[in-house]
Amino acid sequence: MADRPDHSLPQAAQAIQPRPGLLDHHLPVLPALLLLAVLLLLPTLAEATGHGFYVGVASRILIFALAASSLNLILGFGGMVSFGHAAFVGVGAYAVGILMQEGVVSAWLSWPVAVLASGLFALLIGAISLRTKGVYFIMITLAFAQMLYYLMISLKAYGGDDGLSLAGRSSIGLGLDLSQDGSFYYLVLALAVAVFALLHRLLNSDLGHALQAIRENEPRMVALGFPVYRIKLIVFTLAGALAGLAGALLANQGGFVSPSMMQWSESGMLMIMVILGGVGRLYGGFVGAVVFLVLEEVLSSFTIHWQLGLGMALLVVVLLAPNGLLSLWRKRGGA
Amino acid sequence: MKTFASKTLPLTLAAAAALSLLAGAAQAADKVKVGLLSTLSGPGAGLGIDIRDGFNLALKQAGGKLGGLPAEVIVADDQGKPDAAKQTADRLLKRDQVDFMTGVVFSNVMLAVGKPIFDAKTFYISANAGPSQYAGAECNPYFFSASYQNDNQHEAVGKTVMDKGFKKVALLAPNYPAGKDALAGFKRFYKGEVVSEAYTPLSQLDYGAELSKMRASGADAVYIFLPGGLGVNFIKQFVGAGLSKDMTLFGPGFSADEDVIRAVGEPMLGMFNTSQWAHDLDNAANKRFVADFQKEFGRLPTLYASQGYDAARLMDAAVRDVKGNLADKAGLRKAIAAAKFDSVRGAFKFNSNGFPVQDYYLRVITKDAQGRITNRTLNTVFKNHVDAYVGQCKMPAL
Amino acid sequence: MTGLLVLEQSLNGLQFGLMLFLLAAGLTLVFGIMDMINLAHGSLYMIGAYLVASIALASGSFWLGLGLGVLAAAVLGALLELTVLRRLYARDHLSQVLGTFAILLISNELVRMVWGAQPLELNPPAALAGPVELLPGLSYPAYRLFIIGVGLAVALLLYVLVTRTRYGMQVRAGASNREMALAMGVDVRKLFTAVFALGAALCAVAGGLLGPLLAVQVGMGESILILAFVVIVIGGIGSIRGALLGALLVGVVDTAGRTLLPLLFDWLLGPEAAANAGPAVSSILIYLLMAAVLFFRPQGLFPAHG
Repeated sequence: MADRPDHSLPQAAQAIQPRPGLLDHHLPVLPALLLLAVLLLLPTLAEATGHGFYVGVASRILIFALAASSLNLILGFGGMVSFGHAAFVGVGAYAVGILMQEGVVSAWLSWPVAVLASGLFALLIGAISLRTKGVYFIMITLAFAQMLYYLMISLKAYGGDDGLSLAGRSSIGLGLDLSQDGSFYYLVLALAVAVFALLHRLLNSDLGHALQAIRENEPRMVALGFPVYRIKLIVFTLAGALAGLAGALLANQGGFVSPSMMQWSESGMLMIMVILGGVGRLYGGFVGAVVFLVLEEVLSSFTIHWQLGLGMALLVVVLLAPNGLLSLWRKRGGA
Repeated sequence: MKTFASKTLPLTLAAAAALSLLAGAAQAADKVKVGLLSTLSGPGAGLGIDIRDGFNLALKQAGGKLGGLPAEVIVADDQGKPDAAKQTADRLLKRDQVDFMTGVVFSNVMLAVGKPIFDAKTFYISANAGPSQYAGAECNPYFFSASYQNDNQHEAVGKTVMDKGFKKVALLAPNYPAGKDALAGFKRFYKGEVVSEAYTPLSQLDYGAELSKMRASGADAVYIFLPGGLGVNFIKQFVGAGLSKDMTLFGPGFSADEDVIRAVGEPMLGMFNTSQWAHDLDNAANKRFVADFQKEFGRLPTLYASQGYDAARLMDAAVRDVKGNLADKAGLRKAIAAAKFDSVRGAFKFNSNGFPVQDYYLRVITKDAQGRITNRTLNTVFKNHVDAYVGQCKMPAL
Repeated sequence: MTGLLVLEQSLNGLQFGLMLFLLAAGLTLVFGIMDMINLAHGSLYMIGAYLVASIALASGSFWLGLGLGVLAAAVLGALLELTVLRRLYARDHLSQVLGTFAILLISNELVRMVWGAQPLELNPPAALAGPVELLPGLSYPAYRLFIIGVGLAVALLLYVLVTRTRYGMQVRAGASNREMALAMGVDVRKLFTAVFALGAALCAVAGGLLGPLLAVQVGMGESILILAFVVIVIGGIGSIRGALLGALLVGVVDTAGRTLLPLLFDWLLGPEAAANAGPAVSSILIYLLMAAVLFFRPQGLFPAHG
C-alpha cells in the first residue's frame, strides 16, 4: 500500500491515503491455495479417468481466463470498455505463428516478441482511442480491431483468410516438451498464476487505486491533478501485452492461427466472459472464462443445439445476476 | 532385491513382452471408427450433406459394416472454417481415436486439418478436397484421394474451351487454394487470351462487381469455379444481368451438378461442364448406386455423393484385405493403395502420390427423356489422366 | 466502357447503401432513443429474411412472402421487446451487450432448429428476373433497380413519418433529449415498443429484398450488423438523416473499394494481389473512415441535435 511516497504522482495526490476495503482487493489465501491445488491435480485426475484429451481443453480454458482477466483489468477496474481486445490476442498469436514460419521456434524469443508486439499495438491504439469517451471509445476500439483483422486477411503470405498452421509447439528447453499436453498445461498454469499475482499486486498498488478511482469519477481525478490519460494508457498497454501472451499460448495450444481470432465477435466473447464472471472482481475473468467454456463443452457433448442452452444460460444470468456470477457470492468489494 | 532382479523381473518382462506381441500381432479390432468431418452448414452445406449421404448409403448396403467389422461413423460439422475444423479434428483424433477420417469439402480446411491427421498416423480418404500441395511437394503416405486432384476437372474444361475455338475468356474462382488450383489447371490447357481473371472471397455472395467487369472485358466465354451455393448465386445473377446472351458459360462438374441445377433450373440449359463421374455412366456399380440413392434420399446424387460412396467402399475393401488388423499401418496402406473395389466410375487405380488416375468426361445440361433438367455425358476428354504434380512428390516413409 | 463500369458500380453502391440504411435506421433509433446497444439487430434481419423466404416458398408468391413476412417480423419484434428487451433499458451498456448477445445465440440456434442448417432458396419474382436496358450497352438487373426503388420509397416514407406525424415528433424528441421527452409526458412504453417493431420491420424488408441476391442462411446477420454500427456511428447516433447519408456513403465506398481498388491492384500488381489485398483494403478504408469520424467529430456527420 502507500508505504513509500510515489514521486510519479503530483504532490497533492500523495496526501490522499487510500482507505483499505474500498479500492483494495483482498485475496483470501486459503481458497486460493485450494483452487491452485485442484488445478495442479487436474492432469493426473484426467489421465487416471482415461480422459487425457481434456488436459488440452483445460489449457485452453486457462488461456482464455488469462485473456479475460487482462480485459477485466481495463474494462472492470478501469471502466474502459474495449470492443477490440481480441485483436491484441490475435497479434500475439500471429507473432508466434509468423516467427515459426520463418524458422524461429524458441519460446524464449517468440513469446516475448508476442508480448512486445501486442503491447506496442495497444500503445498506439490506446493513444488514439483514449482521447474519446463512452460509446465512442467502444466503437473506435472496435474499428481498430477490425482494421487489424482485415490486414491479416490481406496478408496471403501468412495464410490470409485460410489461416496459418504451426509446425509444432514452441520449444522452451528446461527439459520440458511442450508438445506433451501435460507439460504444456503446467506451463500455462504457471504463467496464469504469475499474471494473476501481478494483477493482484497492481490493483492494490497506487496505480491500481488511481485506476479504479478514475473509473468511479474521472472528472474528480482530473481536478485532483492525476495524470489520468497517462494512467489509462499505461494500463491499456499492459492489458494489451498480457492479451498478447494469451495469444502466444493460444497459438501453441491450437497449432493454428487465423484472422478470425481477431474478429469483433471474439472481442464480444471476451467481454461476455468478463461480464459473466463479474466486472471489477479479481476472479471475474477467471470465473467467466471457466463457466462460459465449460458450459460450451458440456452442452455441445449433449446436443447439437448447445448454442440455445448457452444463450439461455447467459440470458438468465443477465436478468438475475446483474453484476455477474461473483456478485451472487459476495455482495461487497472483495474478490 | 537380488531375487527380484535376477528372477522375478526377467520373468515379468518376458511375460509383458509376450503379451504385447500377442496384442500387436494380428489383433483384429472389434470395430472401425470413422471420423466424417464435413461442411454441414452455410452455403457449402449441400456438398457436405451429399458426401455424408453417399458414405452412409455404402455403409447401409454393407449392413453397417466396413470390411466385415461393425462401423461407427462420427459425423462432425467443420462449418467451412479452417479454425473450427482444426479443433473438431483434434477432438476426433484424440478423444474419439478414430481409425479413418474423411469428408472435408474445402481445400483450405483440408490443409488446416491435414497435419494433425497425418501426425496422428490416421489414414485420410478424401471424398472431395484434392489440393495440389498434397499431390506434389507435401505428399503424405496417410493421404489418399478417392475423388480427384483439384486441377483435373478444370484442365478438362480448359481443353474443351480450347477445342471449341473460344478466343477471349473471363475467369472467376474463389480466393482459396482450390480456387487457385482451378484457374491454374484451366490455363494449363487453354492457350487463348484471358481477358479477365478474378478471385473473390469465399464469403462473397454478391457478384455484381465481377459481372460488370466481365461485361466490360468483352469476353466470349466465361469460366467459373464456384462450388455449391456460390455457384447458384453467380449463375442467377449472371442470367439476371443479361450476360448469358453474349457469353457462353463453362464450369467444372462442381458448379453444374444436380444441387446447382435444382436451385437454378432452366437458365442452366446448355451449360458445358466436365467431371470424372456422371450418373448415366454405364457400369453395374454405378447403376446400383444411382438407383439406391434415389430410393433412399429422393433425389439424384451429385458427384460429391459418388465420392463419399467410393470412399466408404475403398475403406471397406482395405479393412477386409488386412482382415481387420487396423494396427498394421503398412499393410493397411498397401491395401488402400491397391484399391481393389468396384468404383462407380468404372476402373479405378491410384498413382504413386495417392491420387487417382482416371478418365474425365464432357457433360452438357439438357432435358432427359423424362423431362428432367440434368447432365448428359457427351464424350471423354481425358483418358487415364494423371495430375500435374506427381513428379514433385517424394513420398516419405510411413 | 469504363464509364459504363463506373455507372454500374454506382448503382450497385446505391443499392447496397439503401439496404444498409434500412438496417441502420432501426438500429440508430433503438440506440438513440432507448440508449440500448442491440447486438441482436442482425438476428432480426436474419429472421425477417427467413420469414419472407418461407412464406414466399409456401405460397409461391414473392410479393405475399414479402408483405406477410415483414408484418410477421414486426409482430415478433414487438413481442421480443415486450418480454425481454424491456428489462434491459435501465441497465448499463455492458449488461445490454450480454443480454442481446444471448438473444443472438438463441435466435441463431432456433432458426437452425426450425429451418435446418442449409440455406433457403429465395428467387426474385419472375417479372424481375431479367435485365433492363438502361442505356445502350448497359443492361442492369431489373431486380436491383427494384431494390433501389423500394429503398428510396421506404426512405421517403420514414421521412414523412418522422417529420410530419405526431408519432414521428415523439421519436425525434426522444432521440434528441430522452429525459426531456419523458418529462413532457411522452408515453414511453408504447413508443419504445413501436420503435422496436418498426426497426424489426425495416430489417425484414432488407432481409427479404437481399435474400435472392445473397443467401438466406444462419449467421447472415452478423456480418451486416457490424456495418450497420459503422453506418450509425458515421451518420450520428439517433439521426435517421445521418443513417441514410452514412449508409449511402458506406455503400458507395464499399462497392467502389471492392471494384476500383482491385482494378488498380490488378493493373499494378496482377490478379493475385488484387484478390488478396483488394477486398481487405476496402474494408480497412471503411473502418478508417469510422475511426476518423469518432476522433474528429464523434457525434457523427449529421447528428440528431443532441
